[in-house]
Amino acid sequence: MADGNIVTSRRFFLLASAAGGGLLLSGCMTPADTTDGAPVLAAEPAPPPAPVVDLNIFVAISPEGTIRIVAKNPEIGQGIKTMLPMLVAEELDADWSKVVIEQADADAKYTAQTMGGGQIAGGSFATPQHWGPMRQIGAGTRHMLIQAAAARLGKPVEEFTTEPSIVVHAASNTRIPYGDLVVDAAKLTPPDVATLKMKDPKDYRIIGKPMRNWDSPKIVRGEPIFGIDQKVEGMKFAYFEKCPVFGGKVLTTNTDEIKALPGIVDCFVVKQVGDLPTKMGLLDGVAIVANDWWTAKNAATKLKITWDEGVSKDESTTQYDAKAAELAKAAPMSNLSKVGDVDAALKGAAKTIEASYVYPFLVHAPLEPMNCTAHAKADGTVEVWAPTQRPDMGANGAFTLIQNALGVTKDKITIHMVRAGGGFGRRLDNDYAVEAAAISKQAGNIPIKLIWTREQDVQHDPYRPGGYHNFKAGLDKDNNLVALSNHFITFGRPNATGAMAVLASATSPPQEFPANYVPNHSYNQSVMMGGMPTGPLRAPTSNAVCFAHQSFIDEIAHAAGKDPLAFRLELLNLPVPAGANRTGMNADRMKDVIRIVGERSGWANRASLPKGTGMGVAFYFSHQGYFAQVAKVKVAQNGSWRVLKVWSVGDVGSQIINPFNAHNQVEGSIVDGISEMHQKITFDKGRTVQTNFYDMPLLRMDYAPQIDSHFHITSFNPTGLGEPALPPVLPAVANAIFAATGKRIRTLPVAQAELRWT
Amino acid sequence: MATYTINVNGKTETVEADPAMPLLWVLRDKLGLVGTKFGCGVASCGACTVHLDGKVTRACITQVSTVGAQRVTTIEAIGETPKGQAVQKAWLDVDVMQCGYCQAGQVMAATALLNTNPAPSDADIDAAMQGNACRCGTYKRIREAIKTAAGVDTKDKREV
Repeated sequence: MADGNIVTSRRFFLLASAAGGGLLLSGCMTPADTTDGAPVLAAEPAPPPAPVVDLNIFVAISPEGTIRIVAKNPEIGQGIKTMLPMLVAEELDADWSKVVIEQADADAKYTAQTMGGGQIAGGSFATPQHWGPMRQIGAGTRHMLIQAAAARLGKPVEEFTTEPSIVVHAASNTRIPYGDLVVDAAKLTPPDVATLKMKDPKDYRIIGKPMRNWDSPKIVRGEPIFGIDQKVEGMKFAYFEKCPVFGGKVLTTNTDEIKALPGIVDCFVVKQVGDLPTKMGLLDGVAIVANDWWTAKNAATKLKITWDEGVSKDESTTQYDAKAAELAKAAPMSNLSKVGDVDAALKGAAKTIEASYVYPFLVHAPLEPMNCTAHAKADGTVEVWAPTQRPDMGANGAFTLIQNALGVTKDKITIHMVRAGGGFGRRLDNDYAVEAAAISKQAGNIPIKLIWTREQDVQHDPYRPGGYHNFKAGLDKDNNLVALSNHFITFGRPNATGAMAVLASATSPPQEFPANYVPNHSYNQSVMMGGMPTGPLRAPTSNAVCFAHQSFIDEIAHAAGKDPLAFRLELLNLPVPAGANRTGMNADRMKDVIRIVGERSGWANRASLPKGTGMGVAFYFSHQGYFAQVAKVKVAQNGSWRVLKVWSVGDVGSQIINPFNAHNQVEGSIVDGISEMHQKITFDKGRTVQTNFYDMPLLRMDYAPQIDSHFHITSFNPTGLGEPALPPVLPAVANAIFAATGKRIRTLPVAQAELRWT
Repeated sequence: MATYTINVNGKTETVEADPAMPLLWVLRDKLGLVGTKFGCGVASCGACTVHLDGKVTRACITQVSTVGAQRVTTIEAIGETPKGQAVQKAWLDVDVMQCGYCQAGQVMAATALLNTNPAPSDADIDAAMQGNACRCGTYKRIREAIKTAAGVDTKDKREV
């Protein structure tokens, strides 16, 4: 041991302090369950605490060789807490069995572009944004360890290589463990990472290997790792009742009666702060604080509140549907995109096809109900334990909401990003976090844990907006698609200037395929008033519009007497029309995944399927991922239906980083998409009608299909998988129902269709 | 409020609680056993699955006053049983988890299934597990993990 003088943490601290610049002592760490070998199920004896040297803000190494890697982004089940450290560890050439992963707090120090940008779980951005930076951080750290070894041996850096967690000088047959070099390495100036050579992918030891999720052993043991499991000394429990009509205000209430109930600590009115155009923030309500959560919730049965329900109290789904039908007959309010002359082309078409597609509002409903633990302290600081997808970034980030509601500056707020029991976009909004902080403050600066009921979750969601598409298509005498138009009807509210602004996630991109492929194309929009909060649901916009577009393309294929899969390839082969501009989707990549899914699914043999069983195909490009899927659906004579199998082929670039997670995301997206075909959120009297999983059903084990998930590896940079596998599932299944029954699903949920056959 | 003495994971616990307080909240807020999860409050999702005398029970609708002398087993102790440990190990080998929030309930339901049916068919798994929702959609892996723990062929033999 060259650094045999590192004996105790005290001694080490002095040494580290003397070194100055970047060398810090940052506590202890405990290596835990590794991904190889048998899982550790019983608590193992803790190893002696070892001092840790931070080589940079992401990597710390202890003299005994444990490597701590910080996972910077929120973990919501997408596996990012394991995947980002895998990228660092690969280029660091770390021994993965010696790696411990530590979840970062929300902190601007992790958000530089050279670190992959902001801390957010959204948009499937993490993979493309971190693929370069995280590997560079690993490579830079490895280089510092090599430099330290080179200096010690007095040999040129070029003569050194590494094996997992060991710097090797082959010529002198010297092998120095990383732990022996870390103190020297920490004194060095970090290299310019852009000059460092990355590994050849064929040499990867970690990337591309199925690595178990870091938290999995804790999950199967029931350890307290979720937001709802947080415990803070002196903590009380809170329930918060809001107006069933979004954004309604408290007029009168009986807080004194509630306060007198046994076990109740406090009860008070919380007032909305500021103008909240999205209705996602601190809204009016009544908080009940108790010694346990059930007592607080149970006391709410005695709560009496009169509300000013506001302007949207008469809104209903019935009213929206009627308005949409009225708007569909009228001229569109605006044209969003136009190529060629659709009207003339439709007039001249040998055959025209018209169809209207409707999809409902949806709720996110992650299984862990909204919750947050917060302590607004008497000294003016605020500490928050939030299962959030977006602690920062934007007006609805947790920091901004808490700053505005509590009147504190950002530097007074600490946000711990606690593992979330699912996100699906719900926790990009942080209403529950600002509620917890406000209740903590108003309860007298005591720490509280706020938990919502499932009913509150279903009824106070930033919903996936419903939408209405009114398509027309024209085929020429040779059954070529020559024209396509859409009149899209959606929801909006007047913005600050009084103009109607489309609600969050309620747009439909005018460049939606087959825009810029079909020679005459027009995309029009009308907007009606909607008073509910909306927001991104996994694969926002795509999860809705893909169903409409890829189902209508299927209708056109059938009208043209063409194989729906071959017809899609035919469209993708069309030349760029005059006046069109293709961006985004690479048609060649899409054609490949369509062809491959056709082969894997036995698409060509589908004519041999029995009556009542059918196969459907769809594809979609979103979040930089290319997915084509075939669904096989069986519809019983009584009209009940189930998806037997889904074949999925995805192109997300050159590297599947963690196959365990990657396939899990695809499998989950498929189940999620089929679930969405059973669900709806409706409104009446300005309120959400649905309440819990019995009227907002989740797909269960017995209806979950078999899944064949395949990745087509290409030369492009890796991209994310949280979302792009979801959108094509819905139309693939709907098109399969058509193939099985001859009945076209134009409205979701599917239950609204009559599928009985004889 | 009343005093209840219940057997949780082999230990005798005495709690002061409203008779109507669900076992779930006694476990979570009074005994600090937070592995059992709150998902719906109406026995609709299975996240709160525990065993009462070995039988699958939804703790969110089980009033503490009805527990009596029944032995309560939670996720924190299921690994102390051979079947529970086999299920946990299979869950890790298959890497079932996405968000993981439902998985304590899934492990409890799967362990109860294997305790009564050591080699379940796909239909048996469907019947035993359909009360446990997984919002992330890990059903394929749950099925595979149950069969792995049972030591049977992991192939999904349902109609394709």
